[in-house]
Amino acid sequence: MANQEILLQIKDLSKSFKVGSRKLGVPAQQLHALSHVDLEVYRGETLGIIGESGCGKSTLGRCIVGLHTPTSGELMFEGSPLSFSGPQGKGLRRKIQMIFQDPYSSLDPRKTCGKIVEEPMVIHKTVEDRAQREERVRELMGVVGLDAQHVHRFPHEFSGGQRQRINIARALSLSPDLLVCDEPVSALDVSIQAQVLNLFGKLQKEFGLTYVFISHDLSVIRHISDRIAIMYLGQVVELCGAEGIYDSPLHPYTQALLSAIPPASPFEKKKAIELSGDIPSPIGDQVGCPLASRCPHCTDRCRRECPQLTEQTDGHQVACFLYDKERAR
Amino acid sequence: MEEKVLSGSISKEAQAAMIRKERTANNAWHKFCRNKSAVVGLVIVCLMILMGVLAPLLSPYDPNQINVLETYLPPFTGSHLLGTDDLGRDLLSRLLYGAQMSIVVAIGATVLGGVIGILLGLISGYAGGVVDAVIMRIMDGMFAFPFILLSILLVTILGSGVFNVILAIGIGNVPRFARVVRSKVIVTKNEEFCNAERILGASPLRIMFSHILPNTVSEVVVYATLNIGSAIISEASLSFLGLGILIPTPSWGNILRGGRGCLTTAPHIAAFSGLLIFVAVIGFNLVGDGIRDVMDPKMKK
Amino acid sequence: MDELILEVNNLKTYFFLASGVAKAVDGVSFQLHKGETLGVVGESGSGKSVMSKCVIRLLEKVGRIVEGEIKFDGQDVLSFSEKELMAYRGQDVSMIFQDPMTSLDPVFRIGDQMMENLRIHRGLEKAEAKKVAIEALRSVGIPNPEARFEAYPFELSGGMCQRVIIAMALCCNARVVVADEPTTALDVTVQAQVLRLLKKLQKETGMALMLITHNLGVVWDMCDRVMVMYAGKIVETAAVKDLYANPLHPYTWGLLDSMPSLSSQRKTALKTIAGTPPDLRLTGTCCNFYNRCPYARPICTEQVPELVELEPGHLVACHRQCKSETLKRGEDGGNG
Repeated sequence: MANQEILLQIKDLSKSFKVGSRKLGVPAQQLHALSHVDLEVYRGETLGIIGESGCGKSTLGRCIVGLHTPTSGELMFEGSPLSFSGPQGKGLRRKIQMIFQDPYSSLDPRKTCGKIVEEPMVIHKTVEDRAQREERVRELMGVVGLDAQHVHRFPHEFSGGQRQRINIARALSLSPDLLVCDEPVSALDVSIQAQVLNLFGKLQKEFGLTYVFISHDLSVIRHISDRIAIMYLGQVVELCGAEGIYDSPLHPYTQALLSAIPPASPFEKKKAIELSGDIPSPIGDQVGCPLASRCPHCTDRCRRECPQLTEQTDGHQVACFLYDKERAR
Repeated sequence: MEEKVLSGSISKEAQAAMIRKERTANNAWHKFCRNKSAVVGLVIVCLMILMGVLAPLLSPYDPNQINVLETYLPPFTGSHLLGTDDLGRDLLSRLLYGAQMSIVVAIGATVLGGVIGILLGLISGYAGGVVDAVIMRIMDGMFAFPFILLSILLVTILGSGVFNVILAIGIGNVPRFARVVRSKVIVTKNEEFCNAERILGASPLRIMFSHILPNTVSEVVVYATLNIGSAIISEASLSFLGLGILIPTPSWGNILRGGRGCLTTAPHIAAFSGLLIFVAVIGFNLVGDGIRDVMDPKMKK
Repeated sequence: MDELILEVNNLKTYFFLASGVAKAVDGVSFQLHKGETLGVVGESGSGKSVMSKCVIRLLEKVGRIVEGEIKFDGQDVLSFSEKELMAYRGQDVSMIFQDPMTSLDPVFRIGDQMMENLRIHRGLEKAEAKKVAIEALRSVGIPNPEARFEAYPFELSGGMCQRVIIAMALCCNARVVVADEPTTALDVTVQAQVLRLLKKLQKETGMALMLITHNLGVVWDMCDRVMVMYAGKIVETAAVKDLYANPLHPYTWGLLDSMPSLSSQRKTALKTIAGTPPDLRLTGTCCNFYNRCPYARPICTEQVPELVELEPGHLVACHRQCKSETLKRGEDGGNG
């Protein structure tokens, strides 16, 4: 992994939102959606990001594509700071695209499929000639497995899976390098989900795309990713190769997450590792490890300090004091 | 990638027939036609417009021809079908020409108010923050001012005349349009497809006019249709107060005003003009409701 | 254990749309026994939710039950009067919906909602109802139930709301609980908690559970028997272990194959079912699956396959899976 080219580097990224208080005179509080996230995305790989709702995985995706401005920290794309403003920014825009979760609301209901796929090329003036643009639209529709005859149909005339294909075709029309996929298959039925996952795989091979694939479904993430980052309450708690996460999960949260997944067969009986209680609120400042209140291995130190991601074995990083080498000494 | 359609023993023709049937069922015009009250409204509206357009052909007399010998003739007698007014002018002719005036003013005012209101609502909803606050407080101020007073004020400043009446009523309509559009813009701009456009690099102007504006069309059309009805009433009220269309040009409002003085002796003057206003307003409202049902399937039932 | 509670025979529910008649549920029969968990699996549009709404008689106006019978404890549910239905819905059969946040009324405290239920269905006095409600909240594992009793739904998390709904179903001593995707809106760790809770309560009360889901993992975990629905019909029904070990219908195979599993090879193409589910207005004249089925034969386009019992308790509706012919999973399609 180490000799690969770093496409996107996320350095100490934090994002907090102000939560307005309705009561007069009470100051607004901070909701820490992301705190000190460090990640690297290599060219051509798929980085899976998994976590439960509210863990900040979507915020991370939206920071990468520039829908949110980070509170602190830096994003580096191909070695230079990522910024979407200015003439250079417009060029960067074309390189980073996003696929959204909801195939119903992410397409303008009043534009035809052809217009939707064509629009990015109009905005960026990549293809000036109208006939050529139409040709390219047909080509893209073929690539994602849509019938080119349907260019004049409106989004509501397509099924969920087909709409997601339109979304993908739209993103591909700019020939991006990096595709941020925010739960792209979670709104789809199982049989359709498999079709779309296969499409993602095929496109990666064909165009050498890099994916940041966000999902809450561990089996989907494991299927499509090369490396997986597990997030909890705005922090990356474990980062490792896709196989490692299943074979040797280190962080107590990862272990609990794995044990909570329904069994793969009726003959399999799982050992339940239960985390007590709910995910704590991300509002206000927190001290110590985010999992401290629910973790069965919690110590005094966990309540005082926040563990950092440290490398255990090759490429397998975990943020937990259980694996702290200093303590072991 | 051709998909096999599930047909089984159903023949190709039957399948095609079903698809045709579905297209028809989903077609906006057919949906509208299934709604009986909307169709009634549409018929009324068409009749009203026809009345106005064909007034020169349909009128048996010149609407301004004074005949002092035949004042206050009752309806359905003699040569004047709907009777005559205080100056012996033919009421039917005046009502037909009045339809022309009323509808021109109502549609003109709605279009004027609509265009300004849509622009303000679009800017206000999309920009948010201070811009939104300033625009909406001004709109609130206009709201708080009674509409009639506002129109009186404007007409007093600008003077009477068809265009000034349109301007006065139109400006009075601006805040309502601005509100309707603004709320829809706020909903739409937070939809995922607007985020998608931002990521694709679309400029704010492009997002506003190419994506958000078309998505407000259904609300605007519904509201505008309903608004034409109330604009007819506004015009009538202004003319009734003597501030609208100037005598002797007929409009439903000033015909009604003319009938006010002789309610006991010649009630038909006020009755027919009032009835027409009533029917026209109902017609536009029914059409507006019908369009809303077609545009917004969720509202149905 | 074998006491029959709910019996549905040849249920047909059609939606009468302007463009045609959609056969949402087209001849479904099944039985539910005391203490049993029946899983219903299918994709969206397979009719599983409509069927569950028929069972509890909560159907939208456009849909109508055109044929069939639903028997609860031997009584004909379809002939119930409005008043009998009130009692039936609360006391005999309870429903848990997919979205816990929207199935509680947001303007009332959860305690008031629970007490109202108890007072209507069990005729309890206020003080007594409160006691029962708090007890029920405690039994579903809500910490500090006395305080939560006063909370509004928005003050609770999704998992907590779902527990409250389960508690409501429980304190009316419902004998059948129909759960329509009860954990789909919840996170995995919370899902595991809720499922464990349902299992525990079922053991204690002996209620029958009808669990509608699209997640096969949940079925493996929870159910005794499972029904696979496709386009308004049952295509296969069997005991859970039989279905996993020896699925018979090509659609079931496709469903099993298209789930990425944690043990399968990564990054390989998943086996998929080509195409999309049929238009429900066109179904009912042939095998509904034939256009996506790699094993389809001419007969599949001509006749509707009957649900036949091939092995004890294992029923399947496929022309190519009958006593005279058997098809093996993964066998070459044979029609190109």
